[in-house]
Amino acid sequence: MAQSASFDAGAVTDAVAEGISKIKSASTMEELKAIKTEYAGAESAMTQASRAIGGLPKDEKKGAGQLMGKLRADFGRAFGLKEAQVKAEEETRQLASETVDMTEPINRKPLGARHPLPKLMEDVEDLFISMGWQISAGPEVETEWYDFDALNFGPDHPARQMQDTFYVKGNQAKDAAGFVGSNMVLRTQTSSDQVRALLTRGVPLYIASPGRVFRTDELDATHTPVFHQCEALAVDKGLTMGDLKGVLDKLAVSMFGPEAKSRLRPSYFPFTEPSAELDLWFPDKKGGPGWIEWGGCGMVNPNVLRSAGLDPDVYTGFAFGVGMERTLLLRHDINDMHDLVEGDVRFSKQFVMGE
Amino acid sequence: MPMVDIDWLKEHVKVPAGLTYEQLAKDLVHVGLEEEEIHASQVTGPIVVGYVVDCTPEPQKNGKTINWCHVDVGEQYNDTDENGNKVPRGIICGAPNMAAGEKVVVTLPGAVLPGDFKIEPRKTYGHISNGMCASERELGLGSDHNGIILLNHYGLSKEEADALKPGDDVMHLLHLDQPVLEINITPDRGYTLSYRGVAREYHHSTGAAYTDPVVALNAKAPKGVAADKADIEVEIEDNNPVHGVPGCDRYYARIVRNFDPSAETPSWMRRRLIRAGMRSISLAVDVTNYVMMDLGQPMHAYDLDKICGPIVVRRANKGETLTTLDGKKHDLSVEDLLITDSPDGKRSSRILGLAGVMGGLYGEVTADTKNILLESAHFDQVTIARSARRHKTPSEASKRYERGVDYALQPAAAQMAADLMAEYGHGEPSDTPIDVDHTQPREAIDFKFTETKRLTGLDTSDKRIREILEDIGCKVSDGKEEGHISVVPPTWRPDLTMPCDLVEEIARLVGYDEIPITMPPAPVEGEVGLTPDQQRQRDVANELAEYGLVETLSYPFVGDADFKAFGYDADEIKPVSVEVANPLAGDRPYLRRDVLPTLAQTVQRNLRRGLENISLYEIGHVYLWDPNAPAIPALPGGQRPTEEQLKALDAGLPEQPLHVAAILTGKAVETGWLGESRDVDYSDALEAMNRVADRLGAKVQIVQPQPQDVPMQWHPGRAAKVMAGDTFVGMVGELHPHVNTALGFPEHSAAFELNLTALFATLSGKPVQAKPISTFPPVKQDLAFTVPDSVTVAQLQQIIEQAAGDNLESIELFDVFSGNQLGEHQKSLAYSVTFRSPDKTLTSDDTEAIRKAIVDKAETIGAQLRA
Repeated sequence: MAQSASFDAGAVTDAVAEGISKIKSASTMEELKAIKTEYAGAESAMTQASRAIGGLPKDEKKGAGQLMGKLRADFGRAFGLKEAQVKAEEETRQLASETVDMTEPINRKPLGARHPLPKLMEDVEDLFISMGWQISAGPEVETEWYDFDALNFGPDHPARQMQDTFYVKGNQAKDAAGFVGSNMVLRTQTSSDQVRALLTRGVPLYIASPGRVFRTDELDATHTPVFHQCEALAVDKGLTMGDLKGVLDKLAVSMFGPEAKSRLRPSYFPFTEPSAELDLWFPDKKGGPGWIEWGGCGMVNPNVLRSAGLDPDVYTGFAFGVGMERTLLLRHDINDMHDLVEGDVRFSKQFVMGE
Repeated sequence: MPMVDIDWLKEHVKVPAGLTYEQLAKDLVHVGLEEEEIHASQVTGPIVVGYVVDCTPEPQKNGKTINWCHVDVGEQYNDTDENGNKVPRGIICGAPNMAAGEKVVVTLPGAVLPGDFKIEPRKTYGHISNGMCASERELGLGSDHNGIILLNHYGLSKEEADALKPGDDVMHLLHLDQPVLEINITPDRGYTLSYRGVAREYHHSTGAAYTDPVVALNAKAPKGVAADKADIEVEIEDNNPVHGVPGCDRYYARIVRNFDPSAETPSWMRRRLIRAGMRSISLAVDVTNYVMMDLGQPMHAYDLDKICGPIVVRRANKGETLTTLDGKKHDLSVEDLLITDSPDGKRSSRILGLAGVMGGLYGEVTADTKNILLESAHFDQVTIARSARRHKTPSEASKRYERGVDYALQPAAAQMAADLMAEYGHGEPSDTPIDVDHTQPREAIDFKFTETKRLTGLDTSDKRIREILEDIGCKVSDGKEEGHISVVPPTWRPDLTMPCDLVEEIARLVGYDEIPITMPPAPVEGEVGLTPDQQRQRDVANELAEYGLVETLSYPFVGDADFKAFGYDADEIKPVSVEVANPLAGDRPYLRRDVLPTLAQTVQRNLRRGLENISLYEIGHVYLWDPNAPAIPALPGGQRPTEEQLKALDAGLPEQPLHVAAILTGKAVETGWLGESRDVDYSDALEAMNRVADRLGAKVQIVQPQPQDVPMQWHPGRAAKVMAGDTFVGMVGELHPHVNTALGFPEHSAAFELNLTALFATLSGKPVQAKPISTFPPVKQDLAFTVPDSVTVAQLQQIIEQAAGDNLESIELFDVFSGNQLGEHQKSLAYSVTFRSPDKTLTSDDTEAIRKAIVDKAETIGAQLRA
């Protein structure tokens, strides 16, 4: 464009008006850029006009300068508004183009699963911990003394023969009944930890002892030779069967909800006297709420306290044991023990990390 | 376990009319007799009285004679003839005792008899037989099948029999519609193995009036007389008492003469015995069984004419043998207690039976026995229990003796048996029984009234306590001190020996439901919360599940197949494995020494079910047998062992550390729209193991042995030891291809196993001590080295870390390669490192100095910085 030294107010006003009108109809940044070059660039009428102000007589300079300032501001405002609008539109288009299907499964590193049984045992532990008790554990291969004799199952006690015990080979010694054996068994009950805990921890004692036990029952829908119990034992001054009932109700509620409760029925265990069967009021029982057998309990037999060197006239205690598998079967409406013991991943994955 | 028949129970206790078995079960469980099952009746009607109008014998070609009969079964059930008149039913009956004029039991079409035997009209011998006249056996009432039941000769009184009209229901008359309640007896309640005991418990539960039958029997029973005047001479000798307790402390014997061996057991007794689960054998035997079930006293009936006095009760001598009634021959132990007699003047030379367990083949009553010697004795619980256990011959008698029999019951039981033999077998009981009685009166229990509240929390009045104790049969008198009573338990309750036993009696009769609910005070001493190791075990379990593995639990039993699959030398591993004496599966008698073999069984089970990409873990104990462990002593209960004894108990036990093991198979990453799959290999096991260590804050080192030093289970080039300092805590890597093949696992399946007990022990448990965080700017650099193949990543990294010192913030390996351009046996390791000073901005001179220190130090192990 030929250099023009003249200042034509009308022409530059028209040119800027034309530019603003183009800005208004522009829809992309490319268009806007081109308009900016054309109407505000070095070669534009506006730039030329600004430059031409220098050649005007002094008294015209001020008016021309004011005009140019206004035109420049009008143009800039129009451009700025449009630019913001176009940028926003472009961003919207851009983001729309990035749309994915959020329903596509993403499973780069799937979660595994805990087995519900140890999880349940942790829940039981947490209840006892919350009451200020301790969690204890005894060995699974256990001496007959801790599993039977210390618990008032003498060598000739009929109940000792009723336990379906796994005996362990090993170095042979005579037992008290003159039968030769290793005096070692796979523990038949977590009660085997009672006297161990009393001897090692002393009194007052408040422990729960969850763990694995063994009996020679073939695996079927309701039995398994390797299963889990949780034993609870409290020995202190002044404990009564009422305290036993209180703790059992707490456990029932924590396992089966606020409507659950416990009931005691007279029974017999060598290591408790008085003894009771423990029934659970199960709100979700099939065919309507009702009582179901849950475990055994009672006041610690004086002979057990004596096995631990305690004076039964000074200390009293209570103990109970519940089957963890049974609790789990009831809680989750599991119909077959096989599901609990076979380790099929489909079973455990139902529970994932929750529960 | 025993059956309870309401009809029998009401001999001793007044039960309400219409008592159902469901209600009976509820009443009994309340005092501790648990319901096992209510056995429903197996018979459905209609079964009615029939009057035999006529009976025409019809000889058949096969030589049999059948009877074509017409039987009146009452208006409702009779047939209708063409004219619409009711007429007796035509029934075919083959029984020889069928005769016109008899009243019989007719099972009509629609009835179902035991064994799901459905009665229908059927065409037979040229007639339509429209029902069946039944024998005792067909109705499940007994074993008699010699003829049908003739109601006029079935133990009913004449009035009862005469009152029966055709069409009357027989189901109820013969108890065919009655269920029976089976209960569970706890081992302390031997006395409830009798109707006498169950009736007393029913009384305790409901307050129903109870009459102890023994009181009246005792009044009738003759006292024992001097040996020279007695029915037979009896001597008790015991040269080997168990725990110092004589095997027999009472032997009462009485003769019943001129017994009619052909006399039959009355139908009511047969029915009761059968409903109690016994067989009916002969009147003499049935009576002894009946008395045992009714009173709880096991009895034995000998043929007096075969017995030569004196009877001697003694322990067996070494080498003696006995063939018991069931035909089994037993080598006797010197602890076995025997009943013997003395033929040909040879004292105690013939064994009649194993006392309280089972009789021998000789001396038993037979179908010809006319003179009976009744034995009613009291034997020691332990002696009988051991004999029954030793010879594996538990019997109804031993079951009662080992739980404890009333030691004052013997004369009454013999009286009851004698009465029954007199009434039904025309026997003549003697009045000169022998009663060798060494029983001692029981010691009184000193009982403090407050003991009830101390143990149960029950606020029971002193008066009520006294009443309850007297009601269960105790003799209560004032104690030595105020607030005490002296309690002599009844002779039938050997289980009551301590005050707490009496507390149980009081509590169960007041009702356990009455015990107020309280909460024990929270303990205030000692540590609370999970121990660090308990928390760590949970952390390990949760970490592996979060990493993507599934937790399982396996049985810890292993055997040859597992040893073989894992490449163990069976001869080496068996002697150091715990062996179960009575395994359920004979091929898996050992306990695992590591978790992997049993976890592998679980993996296999999943794979067999068509599941893929199975990655499992298990936390559990392993069992390390020490063949040199000392034998574990047998110690008595009820007293605290000495410290040495306690040590001896534990010294014999195997170590049982807690392990965690994982097996990873199949795809580590599955193919999907996100990308391509990747197979599991050693790196996945390593990563999982590292996650566990990191979660625990454990500093573990991977120490890779030379291939020849890698154990047989592992891939020789892709497995390493996991060390925590100097402690070996486990192995990680790929399973040996042989193992993967043997187990049917995919190639490169990987695993790890850590001894958590050992690993946890290396952790201090102290809180992490935090370092200050530097806010000075970082300097990031990449460093690539060429190193000989023999240099491990761990070695080079350790060098870099040492050289960089405090200024090294992080170091990450980002590339490993080898190739021709590097030269033979060389590889390139490239690290991305970040330097940052804790106390200033690093200048380029500082950075260059650190870099040079690294390069110089790296050269000492043959690493060259690449340009």
